[in-house]
Amino acid sequence: MDEEYDVLILGTGLTECILSGLFSVEGKKVLHMDRNKYYGGAATSLCPLENLYEKFGKGSPPESMGRGRDWNVDLIPKFLMASGKLVQLLIHTNVTRYLQFKSVEGSYVLREGKINKLPSTAKEALGTSLFGLLEMRRFKNLLQYMAKYSAEDPTTHEGCPPTVPMTAVYDKFGVGSSSRDIIGHAISLHTTEDYLRLPCLETIKRVQLYYESISRYGSSPYLYPLYGLGELPQGFARLSAIYGGTYMLDKPIEKIEQVDGKIAVTSQGETVIGKMIVGDPSYFPDRVKKVGQVVRAICILSHPLPNTSDSLSCQIIFPQNQVKPPRRHDIFVCCVSYAHNVAGNGKFLAIVSTQVETSNPEAELQPALNYLGVIDEKFVEVSDLYEPKDDGKESKVFISKSYDASTHFESTCNDILDIYERVNGKEFKFGDPVNVETVCGE
Amino acid sequence: MASRAPQRPNNASPQGKICQFKLVLLGESAVGKSSLVLRFVKGQFHEYQESTIGAAFLTQTVCLQDTTVKFEIWDTAGQERYHSLAPMYYRGAQAAIVVYDITNQDTFARAKTWVKELQRQASPNIVIALAGNKSDLSNKRMVDHDEAAAYSDENGLLFMETSAKTAMHVNDIFLAIAEKLPKNDAGGTAANRPTSGVDITQGGGSNPQGGCCGRSQ
Repeated sequence: MDEEYDVLILGTGLTECILSGLFSVEGKKVLHMDRNKYYGGAATSLCPLENLYEKFGKGSPPESMGRGRDWNVDLIPKFLMASGKLVQLLIHTNVTRYLQFKSVEGSYVLREGKINKLPSTAKEALGTSLFGLLEMRRFKNLLQYMAKYSAEDPTTHEGCPPTVPMTAVYDKFGVGSSSRDIIGHAISLHTTEDYLRLPCLETIKRVQLYYESISRYGSSPYLYPLYGLGELPQGFARLSAIYGGTYMLDKPIEKIEQVDGKIAVTSQGETVIGKMIVGDPSYFPDRVKKVGQVVRAICILSHPLPNTSDSLSCQIIFPQNQVKPPRRHDIFVCCVSYAHNVAGNGKFLAIVSTQVETSNPEAELQPALNYLGVIDEKFVEVSDLYEPKDDGKESKVFISKSYDASTHFESTCNDILDIYERVNGKEFKFGDPVNVETVCGE
Repeated sequence: MASRAPQRPNNASPQGKICQFKLVLLGESAVGKSSLVLRFVKGQFHEYQESTIGAAFLTQTVCLQDTTVKFEIWDTAGQERYHSLAPMYYRGAQAAIVVYDITNQDTFARAKTWVKELQRQASPNIVIALAGNKSDLSNKRMVDHDEAAAYSDENGLLFMETSAKTAMHVNDIFLAIAEKLPKNDAGGTAANRPTSGVDITQGGGSNPQGGCCGRSQ
């Protein structure tokens, strides 16, 4: 352990493991440590089920839950956008070969007290009860406009350049509140109404990503890995190891110091030196600031979510203005099941989450919990969200952001690519896929 | 460094059904895990094989009477060194080769703990083979052949002493595993929960897998 490394990495969350993989592939000498005995940090998938019960002080699981080993319970609920940046990273690095994915069966949204399927095809759109015929036409026109929109091509703007606020675009097409909710919250996945005043381009890009993703596999834009999200960091850790990265789990970190422009990390009495360090906020309590809280309720069910056509996996979005009392942030439900090898036979896992707004976070989830039917067991956790105080360029300490309340990995990937750029001084380029066989010399 | 052209481990032409299995290697650092794979897959041996970098996902085919068995071989990529092998590594593995060095008693003790780990972590139906490697160095032998054979018998493991250097028993151990693997529709752990997945490297469209030994979990 007494060597010098190019990069020391603390914590094996997804962000850290992807960066570790990218750095190792580039030839950097990486030492990657975690204080836990398992991979994944805050975004791990707990296995066996006993670990989940133990973590929340609930004794041991009842026999009805089946074999504990059949469970892999995500602590942070997220799906992958089929055309999103994480999928691009998986393909670029060839980590896809270690994983298997399933398409999430449907995306749903609450509207006037009812759960509606978001139409994924033109045929479904005609049958939806989300809006009336006139509104449907306006909605369709707006979607067609956004599909063609290109920031670089003014002829596609029709009077709304990329910088005008999103409200201007809605006004141009005269769409009502139902279309606005669906486009802004269920499709663009904005978690508040703040986007209305921001430049329209961001929302249009999100709509384009959504439809690009949905066109790949059909019923929803989302993918989910078998055995849970915890497989993702493990896959990238393996990539890093294949390219020479050294992995050490179960390493308590005693000290992190800056010495002569380098970083010294002490674990179990041994000190290693690195030119820089990357890690999750939990390793750097003095260098991060709290920016909010997320409340998540992991619910075990013995049935599919009501009103979702018995989907084995789905997302339900509860837009902030559709719940009572109205709130600032949307509530999300991500549901996966035994079909993804994350739950015992016949069991479902629904994780309900939102950004905390009151002093009683659990009660904030109630409007969504009411739609889940009978809940066999519920585990509620409130997590602080942290961000680094500085960008690390001076200190050579690059800290990732906590996993936010969004239900996909786009913001996580933005953080990853941003740290990559700050570390390397150049933007990450998605080039040709990395070929593991080529590297082994043949 | 000795080298010869890669060839099929046995010369039968492929026929009948093709079954694919995930095979993982386990064992202490420097017992010759990567060398065994390199010998089996490419027919090569490097006296001073570096610690595993790069070669971590290789495939090789073994032809049996009526079946072609395709091994998808996972090497540890050095993650065994500080006990940081991820659960993903064992996931869906239908076969494992646990390797020790016959000139080093400690590696044999360690091999036994890997066998226990597999019995705990992997599928109950996994086919495990124990390989006493470096059999060309029998003048420095520290692990008794009969002791390892008896241990293997007790635990239901296949057992052979191998030499990646001379190629002795290398193909044979893979062949023995191929023969022992179940090749019916329910073969291996993978088919226990048949589902269809998507191939995200392709442009789109669902990609249902299944049938004989398909890795369709």
